[in-house]
Amino acid sequence: MTAPTTEKFAMGKSMKRKEDPRFLQGKGNYIDDINLKGQLYMALVHSPYPHANIKGIDSSAAMKVEGAVACVTSKELNAYNVGWLPTFHGLDKQMVLADGKVLYQYQEVAACYAETREAAYDMAELVEVDYEPLEVVNNPFKAMKDDVILRPDRENKTNHIYNWNVGDSSATDAALAASDHVVKQHVVFPRCHAAPLEPCGCIAEFDTMGRLQFYVTSQAPHVYRTALFLVLGIPEDKIHVISPDLGGGFGNKVPVYPGYVCAIAGALVLKRPVKWIETRTENLTSSFARDYHMDIEIGASNDGKLTALKVNTVADHGAFDAAADPSKYPAGMFGIVSGSYDFPVAYANLDAYFTNKQPGGVAYRCSFRVTEASYLIERAMDIVADELKMDPTELRRKNFIRKDQFPYKSPLNFTYDSGDYEHTMDVALERIGYKQLLKEQAEKRAKGELMGIGISTFTEVTGAGPSKHFDILGIKMFDGAEIRIHPSGAGIIRTGSKSQGQGHETTWAQIVAEELGLDPQNFLVEEGDTDTAPYGLGTYASRSTPVAGGALALAARKIREKARKIAAHVLEVDERDLEWKDYKFEVMGAPGKSITMKEIAFAAYTNPGDNEPGLEATLYYDPPNMVFPHGTYVAVVDVDRETGETKVRRFLAIDDAGTIINPMIVEGQVHGGLTEGFAIAFMQEIAYDEAGNNLATNFTDYLVPTSLESPSWETGHTVTPSPHHPIGAKSVGESPNVGSPAAFVNAVIDALSPLGVRHIDMPLTREKVWAAIRAAEGQAAD
Amino acid sequence: MNEIPVSIKINGKQVTASVESRTLLVHFIREQAELTGTHVGCDSSSCGVCTVLLDGDKPVKSCTMFAVMAHGHEITTVESLAPGGVLHPLQQAFWDQHGLQCGYCTPGMLMTSVALLKHNPNPTEHEIREGLSGNLCRCTGYNNIVKSIQQAAGVMSQAIPAAADD
Repeated sequence: MTAPTTEKFAMGKSMKRKEDPRFLQGKGNYIDDINLKGQLYMALVHSPYPHANIKGIDSSAAMKVEGAVACVTSKELNAYNVGWLPTFHGLDKQMVLADGKVLYQYQEVAACYAETREAAYDMAELVEVDYEPLEVVNNPFKAMKDDVILRPDRENKTNHIYNWNVGDSSATDAALAASDHVVKQHVVFPRCHAAPLEPCGCIAEFDTMGRLQFYVTSQAPHVYRTALFLVLGIPEDKIHVISPDLGGGFGNKVPVYPGYVCAIAGALVLKRPVKWIETRTENLTSSFARDYHMDIEIGASNDGKLTALKVNTVADHGAFDAAADPSKYPAGMFGIVSGSYDFPVAYANLDAYFTNKQPGGVAYRCSFRVTEASYLIERAMDIVADELKMDPTELRRKNFIRKDQFPYKSPLNFTYDSGDYEHTMDVALERIGYKQLLKEQAEKRAKGELMGIGISTFTEVTGAGPSKHFDILGIKMFDGAEIRIHPSGAGIIRTGSKSQGQGHETTWAQIVAEELGLDPQNFLVEEGDTDTAPYGLGTYASRSTPVAGGALALAARKIREKARKIAAHVLEVDERDLEWKDYKFEVMGAPGKSITMKEIAFAAYTNPGDNEPGLEATLYYDPPNMVFPHGTYVAVVDVDRETGETKVRRFLAIDDAGTIINPMIVEGQVHGGLTEGFAIAFMQEIAYDEAGNNLATNFTDYLVPTSLESPSWETGHTVTPSPHHPIGAKSVGESPNVGSPAAFVNAVIDALSPLGVRHIDMPLTREKVWAAIRAAEGQAAD
Repeated sequence: MNEIPVSIKINGKQVTASVESRTLLVHFIREQAELTGTHVGCDSSSCGVCTVLLDGDKPVKSCTMFAVMAHGHEITTVESLAPGGVLHPLQQAFWDQHGLQCGYCTPGMLMTSVALLKHNPNPTEHEIREGLSGNLCRCTGYNNIVKSIQQAAGVMSQAIPAAADD
């Protein structure tokens, strides 16, 4: 037997991405690149009013446009019983097209179908809608008064959607009352949007067999198939969902949008394929992330030991509760708000309200509200340190959950799997040169210059999730993987996850190649096609590696066990005498007598003996627990006292994502997430004015950082494997977005602290920072 | 409908079609020339995923230019960069340096970079960042795109003397 010629140790290698050649040559296959014969184009009519009754809709002028085919309103949809769709976590339903009234500006009111894109938009311009404006409720504090009931369609005549709480309320209150210090702060995480560069879109066609062929920008194609069955009543075998290459997602491509339903309804009634591609304005106005108004109280002893944590949150969910959260977690994983710290007691309470704003509460590179939670606790830790006159790293060090406390049961009901927070922070402080920075800062402060150092030592919870806790629309949040090995030792890998740029075509091949000792270059990875891929809940919430990645490793091990039997037959030994060693099966006690997986693959199709021929496996992985990545991020900023402009001089991210599959891809994920976190901290907000007008409807008002203002990122890692994940991996895609906003804001506030500034809510635009400096200097002058 | 004949040389091939005068160049490229590597991202000239080269070396945002404005001109798109499947040094560098993730901004980034290096073969990091500032990327954070362009600049400046010898 020859030694394996295949790539060894595929894991942990910075293998170049297998998907890149097509993207580099303009040969990606994104939704708008797909065209079906005879397709119609659809354009939507949007409401200019945030809250209004609809007295009438007149499409007669629109229908006179050359190429006009049809105009559909809620009346037609209701006739087909598809006027409303259930939201993902099942607590609400959402209008497809405005039914009697509009509830937010830009809400979809009518759908126009035409022979060309231009004709469809011409139609949409000409649809006349008679609106009767109503009083606008533009924030949750107004909503909670219930003076105006936004959703009379609901059983309970209130704007209050739900209350969610976790932890021990009375013990927390008692501990706070007994504490030497209680630090309180109101913190807002503003409304923002993931804004992938490719907007959402779809093409719907009912083929000659009456089967729905649905091409759609979906991070969760299988969930869409089941959701479409629930909404439309079409049997699931008659629905084929294809999610092609996605131009980014970051959570924006999880929800089922009204436009999708309109396209399908149009295709059904008009018996032609219907294509709908969002405009950027439609993309920015159809959903949102965050919008949490949080009050935090932290108790501490004189020597800096934390005694209790209490958080009260008011959540603005917009017009419909369209948050894509697991059923039992309406506020997502917000319970991670106790962070990396060993609080003896804690309590978190949240109330969600309807307002006249776009619906959602979907993620923005975030595992279900983890970013809000991490930002809050990391911001608050700095405020506590400030009040106790402690260095923020010392306060953290004193209160970290220690390495020997894992598995750690948090007071808010998570069981953290593993971590070494102090070590990761030490690595970061050493590399950034913390002591020298403090010295430099002291010198600058003496000269009146504003330099800030911001620390964030976050813990994230990802990988939803164990079926005993997690489901969406009742479907448990496991993932499937299927691996087929061909006779030559090449193969195909399919999962229910769906890459949007994360590089699954490369990393999934690396996981399987490592388990089987085969060449990762010779694995085709296929995702996004519900006819071929095994069921899975999709890619969001940093769940792909924790769940689908686990399924892949275990499916590969299943193949290995089958391969053992074939190896035994070929080598004419008992399978118990074989051991998997150095990426091949070796006969124990007979060194040199071995067989590679490549040889076994050939034998599986040519000489399987009494064994079932072929070499393939399908496995569904139900993770036993979530995974808990952590990290220490350090931002160093200089704030211009005269203009309020912040310059991020350095930013270091030390991430602990557990076992690393591909360091190059991990670093790329961190760079991208940090840039999104930078955007959130400094420039992004979907603001509304008093009248309910959305003020961030394009990329000139809703900013995405360019290459000029984006900092250069420094990265590194520590590795604390997850004890329960098959390959010890955790996740990394969202960590930089979860952990970095606090580091940026902490740095700016640290810079301003000599002036007495304690907190500024994001985004920290130069205007806001300038105003805070002026206000502080004015106070000092008084 | 007000249709007028438009003829544009795209990647060396003359493409002629009657289109509405309001037809955007990007739609002409994607639908008449059937070259879908040029994308649409923001409809407002902000993101640059629609960037193509006008008359060889001038990057333009094809979502904010009418097809009629390009009549009689030459347009170069990403599909021209790898004749015969041999990657352009910039494409190779983006691959080597992990300068792309979802790939949606990549064609526009590449075309802007081609023009950048044509006008400035040895740009500093700041010049690269300035040159790219009309092209947004949501995935990479730009670090690796900058590195990619630096790699390509190195490779291409070495290649020039060799070509001159021929």
